[in-house]
Formats: sequence, structure tokens, C-alpha cells
Amino acid sequence: MSEKDSFVKFENVDKSYDGESLVVKGLNLDIPQGEFLTMLGPSGSGKTTTLMMLAGFETPTSGEIYLEGEPISSIPPYKRGIGMVFQNYALFPHMTVNENLAFPLEVRKLEKSEVEEKVHKALSMVELQDFGTRMPLQLSGGQQQRVALARALVFEPRLVLMDEPLGALDKKLREQMQYEIKHIHENIGITVVYVTHDQSEALTMSNRIAVFNDGKIQQISTPDVLYEKPDNSFVAQFIGENNQIKGKVKSMNGKNCVVETENGDEIVSLKININSVGETSLLSLRPERVWVNVNEKNYENNFDAKVEELIYLGDHVRTRVKVCGNDQFIVKIPNSSDHSDLKEGATVKLSWKADDTRALDFKG
Amino acid sequence: MSSETISGPILTSDGIPLKVSLRKAEKRNKIRAFLLVLPLLAFILITFIIPIGDMLARSVDDRYINTVFPKTFEVFKKWDKQDLPPEEVYETMFFEINAAEGYKIGKSSTRMNYSKSGWKSLIKKSQRKFKRIKEGPYKEQMIKIDKRWGDPFYWKALGEMVDPTTMGYYLNAVDLKYDSNKEIIAQPENRRIYNHTWIKTFKVSLLVTLFTLMLGYPIAYLLATLPLKYSNLLMICVLLPFWTSLLVRTVAWMIILQQNGVFNNLMVIAGLIADENRWKLMYNETGTIIVMTQILLPFMVLPLYSVMKTISPSYMKAALNLGASPLHAFWKVYMPNSLPGISAGGLLVFIIAIGYFITPELVGGKDGQMIGNWIAYHLKTTLNWGLCAALGSILLAVMLVFYWVYNKIIGVENIKLG
Repeated sequence: MSEKDSFVKFENVDKSYDGESLVVKGLNLDIPQGEFLTMLGPSGSGKTTTLMMLAGFETPTSGEIYLEGEPISSIPPYKRGIGMVFQNYALFPHMTVNENLAFPLEVRKLEKSEVEEKVHKALSMVELQDFGTRMPLQLSGGQQQRVALARALVFEPRLVLMDEPLGALDKKLREQMQYEIKHIHENIGITVVYVTHDQSEALTMSNRIAVFNDGKIQQISTPDVLYEKPDNSFVAQFIGENNQIKGKVKSMNGKNCVVETENGDEIVSLKININSVGETSLLSLRPERVWVNVNEKNYENNFDAKVEELIYLGDHVRTRVKVCGNDQFIVKIPNSSDHSDLKEGATVKLSWKADDTRALDFKG
Repeated sequence: MSSETISGPILTSDGIPLKVSLRKAEKRNKIRAFLLVLPLLAFILITFIIPIGDMLARSVDDRYINTVFPKTFEVFKKWDKQDLPPEEVYETMFFEINAAEGYKIGKSSTRMNYSKSGWKSLIKKSQRKFKRIKEGPYKEQMIKIDKRWGDPFYWKALGEMVDPTTMGYYLNAVDLKYDSNKEIIAQPENRRIYNHTWIKTFKVSLLVTLFTLMLGYPIAYLLATLPLKYSNLLMICVLLPFWTSLLVRTVAWMIILQQNGVFNNLMVIAGLIADENRWKLMYNETGTIIVMTQILLPFMVLPLYSVMKTISPSYMKAALNLGASPLHAFWKVYMPNSLPGISAGGLLVFIIAIGYFITPELVGGKDGQMIGNWIAYHLKTTLNWGLCAALGSILLAVMLVFYWVYNKIIGVENIKLG
């Protein structure tokens, strides 16, 4: 693998805090230069610990981390030259915005004129030129967020880490900041490692997403692959909305398999994460890949379903139906005149393709 | 019509001006709030404001003697202050000494003795012997009873008591006094005691503040950053001495610090000092500083801790991440953020130290006495309350000046005590 493809490299990294359990288990990860990589996962999944090891605030219990081919475990954080945006911004409250931004430059003993120039440039980048003399606490949450971003970038680090930087903002501002961060990344081409537990944030911003659970990367891929082709049931469930149907594998045939549900329905699906006939599998099917009352010939799977609940959401109707013994099955029906007769209690015909149904592992 | 409503006062729907209506509505709340704070207000007034007012008044009050010798002072004012006073002064003095109750004369003569020592014994002696004088003229006969009646310095000393207020106590508190012509002069060298005590008081207080800061800062930092189960234990260690009686702690220190005490013995056993050169750690300034530092340490640690607890650990992480070495990060980021704690602790320790009394009394010896010890001495032994009040008022004024300077530099709103 070339230098460029593994700008950052985790090699068999383990981390334990108490010597009894592992927070990060045998992590291997390559991040190419210029990539926006998001570590996504529920709390306690090891993603923040991984980030902290990269920043130098935690040391790997075993294994090694490389930055541009150099092992960095023994380099203290202040010599790593990695920028970081903290969860609560960590702007120094006793310094003005300008002083905050000048801090990393003055530490590096830059000329005063150069410091001023770079501070101004960084503030312009986040559109806060006129706020340099304010104290951080006089700024709104979004502005503080931008200052923190500018401070992490002002000394032109090799790599920027972001630890749930948008967690404290309200929804609208969060979405706006997502685009801003994405654009800054595109403009300056810096490598970003971003940690979040918000999947929509991850899907919006990232080149690649590493889904963490239980100290391991469950799947690492581009957002579309992750959404369309989850490798296991955790990823399928964690990213996006997902219908799950439990059943036993009845037969396997090439890339497909047949799974029999508890009430005897047989569903044709893609064989993804199952090994043998007879084992239990969790089928994963996106709600938008299910069709109502269509020509059955084009679909491998066709079942009668009873409409349990209709939720009107404007552009689509979220419909909860009972099918194959599962009464939590969600179908997203586009708001069109075809479906104006949909009623609670009615029976409809559901159809979906085998290619959209993924037979995944079943845990517990 | 619309212009009228804009220019005039805003009315409520029933036509009453809004402000009047609001005041009426808020009145009940205001009364209730006032009643709620009333007990505390009364308590503070009675136990704090009034005594301080009384102390301030006492430090300049000189009315008492004017009530005992009103006529004497009346005729005294006419005297040209040359040679001896006229017969008239002697006569009224004679009658007023005879007429007043004994305790009034005693109290007055004590006051007169502050201005010129000798007055008290003169009056005591005269009281007994005045019975011999049957009729005037009195001047000759009084001088015959005691020569001091013929000494103009005694008479001139009365001059500073004529006014109902006096600066005499304050002058005394800084080693000054009035001479016989009511000019301010320095006390004779052998009677100067307060100025160097003042200086020592400030020196000891500053050193104690400095030492508590040096010792308390790392402890407070540990307390604020350690995991809860360790920091709780450490907190108990900090507070344990706090819960022990002050007297017990001071006596414990006496056992440790005396020349044949624990510390010196250990040093001798360890061979670090020779048996005949044991360190004098007690009954001097060193002892006062050591013991006061230990006793006042919690007053530094607790404000520091409460401030440090609020400093997010991510500040230090951010500083390190931005390239600052740990020392630089501490100095530029952590320390400035802990400044409110440093100043609150510093001010607290300094203010307590400056008026400290028990510890210097017990371990200070002759050399380690502070101004508080003199106040206690005059309060209990010499009963010179005017001087006590003057010393106390100066102490209060100094504290207010410190507070003012502190407020100018750091700002009182930055104080955090918990």
C-alpha cells in the first residue's frame, strides 16, 4: 500500500483502561491523505478512544499508530502537529478570539506579522473577520464552533480530528455547519477524522464511514455502500431505517438463499452474512424498497399485508403493516394519487426484490 | 389620536398608567421580600454593623472626660498656655475632683494618663490629700501636696482632651503622639512598639499567604483532577485538620517544633543537625509562620479547588494539541483560568492572617507577636479600648484598601469561594 493510501495507519491497536476489558480490539485502519473519514458508532463503542489515541491523549495498550509512515505512539501530543476540534470547543475563555487563534502560532514562534495574517485568514475562512476582539463567551454556539474550527486549522496541521463538534448545536445550525465543514475540507484538502454518533451527519459529510461497535470496526465504506449494502445486522440497523425479519435459512443457491420466517413465509434474499442451512438469520430490508400493489412478476417476494397504522408525512405516508408475522414492518409509500384509497385495516399486496433483501447474521 | 397614545404614558385597559399599575402589583411582592430578609438584616445590624460603628466611634471618642471636668476645661480654654494656669483652673479642678464619684475620676485619670503618664497617680494621691485643704486659694496648697501640680507639662497635656474627639489613639497606634503644644511628634524610641508590629503583621500575613498558595495549589489541582474515589479521600485529609480544634492543633505543633520536640529530635537522630545546634522553630516568627501556614491551608485549598473543578480538562488538552509544552500550557491556559481561585484564596488567607491572634500568642513568643495580640492585650489587660478601637479600625481600613486594590486589578466578581 502506498504512502498516500495510508497517511494514517492503525496496526493491531488494542486499548484497555482497567486491564480487564478492551475498549478497542485489534483495530486496523488506513486513512488516505485528504480523506474525510467518520467514525460512527453508539457511545462506548471505542470511537472516541480511537480518536484520543490518534491525538496522543491516550496510549495504545498494544499495537502501533503511524502518521505518514512514522510510528507516533511515543510522540507527546504537543509534538504531533495534529489539529483538533473538541466536543465543547475548548476555546480558552480568558483569551479573545484573536488570541485563541494566535496561540498555536505563537507557540511555534512565528513572526508577529505572519501571526496576524494567518489569524485573519483563518477567521475569514469561517466568516468571522469582525469578531476577533470578542471573548469566546460573547459568541453564540455556532460562532464558537467556527472559531474552534479555525483554531484547529490556523497552524496548518497535517491532520484534523473532530470529536462530536456539532453535538451542542441545535438541529438547524448543525446542518448548516455540516455543509460548512464539508466545504472547508473540500477547499483546503486536509485529512479529517471525524467522530459522531449521528448517522445523518456521517452520511452528509464523509468520504468514508467506519462504523464502530463493541471496540471493533463493523464495516468501513462509502456512505452509499454502507446504506445500500450493510455487511451485518448491526450496521443495517444503525444506519438508516430498516425492517428486520427473523427467520431460518432453508436453502442456499448461488448468491441467493431462502429464509423461512416463524409463520412459514419464505423470503428470497441475498446471501450476505450466513454460512449454512438451518442457521438463524436476520433479514434486512429498507422501507423505501418495498412496493404496494404492483405487478408481481417483477418481484421475487410478494406477500399480503394488513395496514396497521398510517402516518402522513407530506411527501410520503409512513405505513406500518403486518407481514410475515412482523407487525413492526414499515413501508414508505410516496404521496401519489395511486394510493389515495389506503386505509387502516385494509389488506394490501407488498412486493420486493431479492436483491434488496439481505440475509445477515443474527445475534442473541 | 394615534400620536397621542404614542407620546403620552402607556395606559392599562382600565386607564391607569402602566407604571402605576405595575408598582401596585409589585408592592406585595416587595413587602414580602423585605419581610423575608428582615431577620437576617436585623441580625447583621445588631451583631456586625453596630459594633463596627461603635468601634469606629470609640477610636476617636473623647467626650467622657469632658463630662467629668466640664467646668475645668471651660476655664482651661482661656489659659494662654504660658507658665502655669491661673488660680481659677486649679479651683475648678479641685472642686470637680472632690465632687465626682470615685469610678468616674478613676476612668478619667486613666484617660489623662494616656496623654501624660503620671496623671493617674497624681490624681489618686491628691484625692486622698485634698481633704486637708479647707479653703482657697488652692493653687499654692495643691502644689504643696504634690509638686506635679506645678509642672506645666501636666497641664498642657490636658489640652488634647478638650475637644470631644481626638486623634490621639490613632497617633498612638502608629507610634506618634501629641507633644505638650498639641503638635504631632514621634514617640520616644523606647516606646515605639506598633510600627514594627504592623510591618511584621503584614510580612507574616504575606508570607503565610504565599506559602499556603505554594502548598495548596498542587493539592487543589490533584483534588480537582483525580478520580472521585481518590479525591474524596484526599479531601478528607485536607479537611481533617479543619475539624480539629484550633487549640489542639497549635499545641500539637508546639510538641513538634520545640527545641526538644519531635522535629529537632528526628533531625539530630538522622545526624542532620548537631545536638547543641538544635533549630529554634518556636517562640519566634518562624513558629508563627509555620503553624499559621498549616492552619490556614484549607482556606486556600477550598477556593482553589472549587475554581479548578470548573476548569474543563479539555482546555489543557486543547493547549497541548495546539503545540504548547505542558509547562507552557499550564502557565498560559490553566493558571490564568485558576486566577479567581488564587485571588479568592489569597484574599481570604491574608484577611484571616492579618487579624490572627491565638497562634502567635501560643507559638509566637516575643518575636512572633502580631497586631492582633496587641489588640487583645489592650482589650483585656490595660483596658485601653480607645487604642484597641484605633488599632482595629486601621486593620479594617487596610483590609478595605486591599479589597479595593484587588477589585481594581482582578475584579470582585471573579471571586469564587464555592
